[in-house]
Amino acid sequence: MGKFFELQFLTGHIHYLLFIVLMMTGLFIVVDKTNLVKKIIGLNIFQVSVFMFYVSIGKVTDGTAPIFPMDSNYHVDQAAMQTILYSNPLPHVLILTAIVVGIATTSLGLALIVRIRESFNTIDEEDILQIEQKMTRDDNQKYKYLLRDML
Amino acid sequence: MANIAHVAEHTARDLIDHLPLLQVLVPFCTAPVIVLFGSRRFAWPLAFISSVISLVISVMLMMIVREGGYISYTLGGWAPPLGIEYRIDATNAFVLMLISTIGTLVLPFAYTSIKNEIRNRDHTLLYACWMLCFTGLLGMVATGDAFNVFVFLEISSLSTYVLVAQGASKDRRALTAAYDYLIMGTIGATFFVIGLGMLYMATGTLNLADLADRIANQGANRTVRSGFAFVIVGMGLKVAIFPLHLWLPKAYTFAPSAVTVFLSATATKAALYVVMRFVFSVYNPDFSFAKNTLEIIFLPLAIIAMFSASFVAVFQVNMKKMLAYSSIAQVGYMLLGIAILNEAGLTASLLHMFNHGFAKALLFMGAGVLVLKTGGSFYLQISGMGRKMPITSGAIVIGGLSLIGVPGTAGFLSKWLLVQAALERSADNSLFLVVALSIVLSSLLAVVYVWRIFEVLFLREADVLIPSSEAPIMMLIPMWILAGSCVWFGFSTDLLYDVANQAALNLLEGSMGMSGSILNLGMN
Repeated sequence: MGKFFELQFLTGHIHYLLFIVLMMTGLFIVVDKTNLVKKIIGLNIFQVSVFMFYVSIGKVTDGTAPIFPMDSNYHVDQAAMQTILYSNPLPHVLILTAIVVGIATTSLGLALIVRIRESFNTIDEEDILQIEQKMTRDDNQKYKYLLRDML
Repeated sequence: MANIAHVAEHTARDLIDHLPLLQVLVPFCTAPVIVLFGSRRFAWPLAFISSVISLVISVMLMMIVREGGYISYTLGGWAPPLGIEYRIDATNAFVLMLISTIGTLVLPFAYTSIKNEIRNRDHTLLYACWMLCFTGLLGMVATGDAFNVFVFLEISSLSTYVLVAQGASKDRRALTAAYDYLIMGTIGATFFVIGLGMLYMATGTLNLADLADRIANQGANRTVRSGFAFVIVGMGLKVAIFPLHLWLPKAYTFAPSAVTVFLSATATKAALYVVMRFVFSVYNPDFSFAKNTLEIIFLPLAIIAMFSASFVAVFQVNMKKMLAYSSIAQVGYMLLGIAILNEAGLTASLLHMFNHGFAKALLFMGAGVLVLKTGGSFYLQISGMGRKMPITSGAIVIGGLSLIGVPGTAGFLSKWLLVQAALERSADNSLFLVVALSIVLSSLLAVVYVWRIFEVLFLREADVLIPSSEAPIMMLIPMWILAGSCVWFGFSTDLLYDVANQAALNLLEGSMGMSGSILNLGMN
C-alpha cells in the first residue's frame, strides 16, 4: 500500500484522483440537495467527471492530436507518418455521444421540473414529499380497504 | 440451414441479410415518420405496422438461430472488433421475440387506453416516444458492442421518462415519479459507462465477444474487477434488483396504463438480459469474483426481494401498485435462476422472463381496462367488476394463476424448473434446500395477493352506477391472446423450453459461446 503515498505515483495518477473527487462531489449533491434543480446540477457534475475520465484515458504519453500530417495539397508526409505518435481518439468519440445524451437528460429533467413547479407549486423535494404523503394518506382513507373485510 | 465458414468481408445481397439491423431500424425510422406526418390518425397505424414488422423479423431471426450458432452483422461493412457488430444468437433472439411480441400486443390495447387517459394533442408525440422506447429496448438486446448497449439504453430510458410523465394528466405524482426515475436511471447508466471505460482501459476493445476473449486470455486485474462492479450496479438499477428498486413502484403506478403494460413486460427484461450477457459471456463464472457476486450478493438479494416485495404487495389497496411490487418479487425469481448457476437455473430464469412478461402484461392490461371502466384501480373502485365484465375478469384470473405458478399455466413451468435447479445444487451444498423451500414459500405469498384481486372482483358488491359492459374488442383480443398463450405454454411446454434451454446453453458456454459457429443468413 506504501506506493499510494509516493509523490510520483500521485502525480502520475492525478487525473484519476480528480475524476474521483469530481464524481463524488456530483453524487453527493444529487443525494444531499433537496432542490430539484440543484440535483440536476449535481447529476451534470457527476456526468462531466465521467467525460473527463474517458478523455484522460485516451492520452498517450508524447502523443499528439490524431490528424494526418497532410499539407494544403492533400500530400501526406510519409516520413512524418512513420515517426508520429497519436493519442487515442476513440474515447473522445465515444464521449461525444455521452455528452449528447447528457444534454438530453438535463433538458428533460429541467422540463420535468417546470411541470412539477406548475402542479406542485414548489421545487423543493421535502415539500413535494409532504404533499405526496398527504395525497397517499387521503387515497388510503378514501379507498380504505381493510384486510379483515376479506375474511 | 447449413453452417458455413465465416466470410471476412460482409456480402449482403438480400434484404434477409439485413434482418439484425432492420429489427432495430424499422421502429427507429417510424418515430420521426410519425412526427413528420404530425397527424393523430396516422400515428397509431404506423406504430402498429412497424411493431408487426419487427415481430415478424424477430421470429425469422429466432428460426435461424434456434439450433445454436449466431449471426454476425457488421454495420457498414466495418469488420468487428473495430466496427460495430450486431450479434444475434438464441439468447438475444429469445429476448427480442419477447419484446416485439409484447410491443405488438400492447398497441391495440393502448389505442383505447391512451385515448381515455391522455389529452388528444399529445397522442402523436406519445406514439413517437413509444417507438423510440421500443427501438432502445430492441437495440440493447441486439447489439454486440458494449458502448452501443449504453446508447440504446439511454434511448429507451429517455423515452421511458417521457412516457411515465404522461400520466400527469390523471395524477400529478406521475411527474415526480418520472423525475425520480430520471435521477436514478441516469446514475445507473453513468455507472454503466464508467464500467465500460474501465473495461476499455484494461482491454482496449468494446466489442463484447472481443472483450470476452481478452479478459479470458489476460485474466482479471483490479481494473477489470471494478469495471464488473460498476456495470452490474448500473444495470442492476434498471433491472430493479432488490435494494435498487425504489423507482419502480411509483413509476408503474402513476404511468398511463398502456405504458405500464409495455414497461413491466419488457424494460426490466432487456436490462436483465444485459446483466446475463455481462456475467456469463463477457466475464465468466470461472472468475471467482463473478461467481462470488452471484452467490454471495445476488442469491440473498433475490430471496429478500421475493419475500419482502411479495409481503408489501399483500397490503396494497391499489391494483396497479400491488402488481408493481409483485414485479420486484418476480425479478427476484429471475435473479435467483441466474445465481443458482447451472443449466436448469438459467433456463428457468429465461423462461420466467417470458412467462412473467406475458402474465404481468395481461394483469396490467386488466388493470387498464378497469381504470377505463371505473376511473381508478383502487380495490374499492373495482370491487365487484368481475360480475359486470366476466370476459375481462376471466383473463385476469388466468394471468393471476400464471403469476402464482398454478399447474397448467406457463408460470408453473418456470417455477418448477427453478425448484429443480435449486435441488440439483443441493446435492453438494445443502443450503440450496433452503433456497428451494423459499421459492415455494414465497409463491404462497403470491397466492395471497392474487387472491385479493379475485376476492375484490368476484365476491364484492359492485357500484350500481357503473354499467355492466365488457371492454372494447380491441382491448379484449390482446388480453385473450396473452391469456391463451399463458395456458398454451403451460401444456405445450417443449417449444418454449427448447428455445430457452438453447439460450441458456449459449450463455453457459461463456466466452466460447460468442465465438461459436457463424450462421449464414442467406437462405441457400
